[in-house]
Amino acid sequence: MIVENLRFLGHRIVNAVWRMGYASRFFMLILFYSGTSFRRFHLTIRELFSSGVMSLIIILVAGTFVGMVLGLQGYETLKRYGSESALGSLVALSLVRELGPVLAALLFASRAGSAMTAEIGLMKATEQISAMEMMAINPMARVVAPRFWAGVISMPLLSALFSAMGVFGGYVVGVVLIGVDEGSFWSQMQAGVDFQHDIVNGMIKSFVFGVAVTAIALFEGYDAPPTAEGVSGATTRTVVESSLTILFLDFILTAFMFQGE
Amino acid sequence: MKRTTLDLWVGIFVVAGLGALAVLALKVGNLSTYNMSESYQLQAHFSNIGGLKPQASIKSSGVLVGRVAQISLDPERYEAKVTMTIDKRYQFPKDTFANILTSGLLGEQYIGLIPGGDEAFLKAGDEIKKTQSAVVLEDLISRFLYSKAEDSKQVDKQPN
Repeated sequence: MIVENLRFLGHRIVNAVWRMGYASRFFMLILFYSGTSFRRFHLTIRELFSSGVMSLIIILVAGTFVGMVLGLQGYETLKRYGSESALGSLVALSLVRELGPVLAALLFASRAGSAMTAEIGLMKATEQISAMEMMAINPMARVVAPRFWAGVISMPLLSALFSAMGVFGGYVVGVVLIGVDEGSFWSQMQAGVDFQHDIVNGMIKSFVFGVAVTAIALFEGYDAPPTAEGVSGATTRTVVESSLTILFLDFILTAFMFQGE
Repeated sequence: MKRTTLDLWVGIFVVAGLGALAVLALKVGNLSTYNMSESYQLQAHFSNIGGLKPQASIKSSGVLVGRVAQISLDPERYEAKVTMTIDKRYQFPKDTFANILTSGLLGEQYIGLIPGGDEAFLKAGDEIKKTQSAVVLEDLISRFLYSKAEDSKQVDKQPN
């Protein structure tokens, strides 16, 4: 009984390490074959459309609502200390540093990442990938790498849009509806947000998240068992794994970027 | 190769993303408010800087004229040495007075410059000699309590 459990545990661990190594090799292969996705850029453009442009609506709407909630909650809290004028810097700092990159990446993982996994998993299940290999077309260069670069390019752009819409939402609630002074809203925001320290670091974060989310999504799709069940399991794993990875990486990056001042 | 509607949409997406970044940089961030390209550096020693941080603003008559570049402890004088980056458009006389002030009751600390009457101007690398340290709230309270105690002692001594 104990031996069986131990054997099961060992099998799980060995399997996880094995898969980790396979994923690393997969990631290196993406980078190795990514030359094609720039030489034949229309392949990347098409993926930019399906992962970036199609995610625009959800990112814009979610960003506005998050900003509006921040405006309301921030006002309620700041009012207790009589510093409602700091609402602008509160909204902008929390969006640009954390909420923009993290929430945009979470939405991107569930909107575009899961679609990528399902698409590649189904291509594998219907043997389109094998067919390409038969025709001497490298599926890594033709299918995987363009999707990877499309994800990496669109993630920082989506995060910038999310933050900008959030600031707009905070402005609508804070200034237009509640009536915080407009001048102090913007001036406190500009005084509180530093371009290099806050905005550039936020963009670096979302770039890292873009790499992580698309790499996970593509790997899960490529590694999925070629059955209906396998593809659905891989899609679920993509969302779970990339969400956890985003939050974990966010902690690591924040610890490096904003450690004490 | 033909242009397609797909290209248009991707173009709109990229332009919107870069536009959002520009809005963040100019409207939300401080990139538009202060340009560090044309500037010179001044130094000042303070016996206590309180909560002053690098990148804190330097104001004269409430106008932003520069930012704190660096703060370190002078190993010879055991005082805080503050390096300031000042906009080249603004020149200050040699006997300018530098104070550490607080915006609002609990706000950020900044350096206020009060120009003196000297004919000669401070040059790059010069030191502002006249400085006043940050007001530390604990010191104020203890001084207040001490003077209260003194008052009450005098009251006690008065003849009944």
